[in-house]
Amino acid sequence: MATQHSRSVARLMMAPAVVLLLGWMLVPLTMTLYFSFKKYLPLRGGDLGWVGFDNYVRFVSSSSFWPAVQATLVIVGGVLVITVVLGILLAMLLDQPMWGQGVVRILVIAPFFVMPTVSALVWKNMFMDPVNGLLAHLWRFFGAEPISWLSEASMTSIIMIVSWQWLPFATLILLTAIQSLDSEQLEAAEMDGAPVLKRFYHIVLPHLSRAITIVILIQTIFLLSIFAEIFVTTGGAFGTRTLTYLIFQRVLESQNVGLGSAGGVYAIILANIVAIFLMRIVGKNLDA
Amino acid sequence: MGRIQLKSVTKSFGDVQVIPPLDLTIEDGEFTVFVGPSGCGKSTLLRLIAGLEDITSGSIDIDGSDATDVPPAKRGLAMVFQSYALYPHMTVRKNIAFPLRMAKLDQAEIDKRVEGAASVLNLTDYLDRRPGQLSGGQRQRVAIGRAIVREPAAFLFDEPLSNLDAALRVGMRLEISELHERLATTMIYVTHDQVEAMTMADKIVVLQAGVIEQVGSPLELYRTPRNLFVAGFIGSPKMNFIEGPEAAKHGAQTIGIRPEHITVSETEGEWSGVVSVSEHLGSDTFFHVHETGLAETITVRADGEVGFRHGDRIHMTPRADVIHRFDAKGLRIE
Repeated sequence: MATQHSRSVARLMMAPAVVLLLGWMLVPLTMTLYFSFKKYLPLRGGDLGWVGFDNYVRFVSSSSFWPAVQATLVIVGGVLVITVVLGILLAMLLDQPMWGQGVVRILVIAPFFVMPTVSALVWKNMFMDPVNGLLAHLWRFFGAEPISWLSEASMTSIIMIVSWQWLPFATLILLTAIQSLDSEQLEAAEMDGAPVLKRFYHIVLPHLSRAITIVILIQTIFLLSIFAEIFVTTGGAFGTRTLTYLIFQRVLESQNVGLGSAGGVYAIILANIVAIFLMRIVGKNLDA
Repeated sequence: MGRIQLKSVTKSFGDVQVIPPLDLTIEDGEFTVFVGPSGCGKSTLLRLIAGLEDITSGSIDIDGSDATDVPPAKRGLAMVFQSYALYPHMTVRKNIAFPLRMAKLDQAEIDKRVEGAASVLNLTDYLDRRPGQLSGGQRQRVAIGRAIVREPAAFLFDEPLSNLDAALRVGMRLEISELHERLATTMIYVTHDQVEAMTMADKIVVLQAGVIEQVGSPLELYRTPRNLFVAGFIGSPKMNFIEGPEAAKHGAQTIGIRPEHITVSETEGEWSGVVSVSEHLGSDTFFHVHETGLAETITVRADGEVGFRHGDRIHMTPRADVIHRFDAKGLRIE
């Protein structure tokens, strides 16, 4: 198939897409790099010239930097643990033959189709509102004092919202992985004297390991940049200011484009480290 | 010790009864083969014995004690699956050791048994490889190794050779037979291949649609098939069936004559026909003969040197003492 001729035609055909993607990526990247080395305050004098690595140093040495890193890690870690654990359980549940399987599976995937802004608003107003929220009603039903979720348990709330959004993704990937497990392996383990939990630990979990890694890496890339959920709910208050949100605040609230861009470059480096691992694993998966 | 007794065992999936009441005794140390066309319930029967499927009614005794409600792990049986069902993330050593680890044996004993099984099965050099790095035959041996370390009361084989190529299959067939001679443990072996059944079995159980058609030693089944199904299933090439006046001459609805019990001649014989295809195997030649006026095709086995070709008219004589006679219901007439 792949003659010299067909290869060059293929290159030609792919060129527009490659050029477009490259431009899409390169222009903002170059601009971010460009601004990160400038003192650029749009409302306070505009472009004030080159400052070298000043912005990079200032971004890291700011008192909000380490709390932001911590908040990011807590949110990413929390969501990963919840989605992977619940994802495995849900996937095993959905793998069981049951009535209305197709409908149930679509329902499980549904949260993934809801826009982050919308789901955050729904959670904020319908569930977590301390007066009218469903959770407040539930608390009152049991005679407890409703929690004002977003201020008292801000981190937990955001982790809950984001987990709800990402659980379908994890479930779906893990479900396909579980379905590819050879049932004879489980039967063999059963004959070999492994009870249910040991079968899960020795057979199912190792079989899922690659799918779990992929879920973790893909989610990490997207979770590092969650923004809407924080913007709509707490607005970065109550210790929920993540790295992404800090960059946003530096650029738009403090009107310091240079400082924000430097933060952006840090974020790029971080995301790429994760991406390299992901490419390797996915690549290995495709080779096998 | 592994005497397995099935007493009026039935199995239904929903409303469909796949195994009607069935009684069968498998003696200790016997190599029993369940054979039948695909979908005849032979694998289901094996899974019932293993405990991987629950029986709908009846009971299963293993070593004289009722095992009907005993979970698979506690029945003391080991199974070799068609797909081998090796654990892909574990090395060969860990695969073989898995049942022992589950039984919580101490490490020294586990090592000893694994080494022992590996040397019996020529796997010593492969102990640290993963199943993915092994050939089909080696994987098969690992699966057998995982079964023998448990020292089970009986081995269950579910079409273990069907994924191997023809040459390897013959080799593994011998190895399994040798293993049986050495261990002298009860073995139940499921296959759809009557050659495997004939060569390996002490006792063959021929199944069709969940019903046992006949139980007996390979030669019993070959010499005195109880009905048309068994007669047609056992033996290769298939037995020729002739109906009509020729059968009436022998006082039967149908007569059966095996290809190897017909002699061919160029000049004279009881029957005659035209060779349509001749298959030369070297040692033997199979002729498919048409236009005999007896049946659509008569298959004849002759010596490898007999050289009739397509279109030749030949004469055939059946050996009178090995003509099988069947009545209108397809049952054997003695």
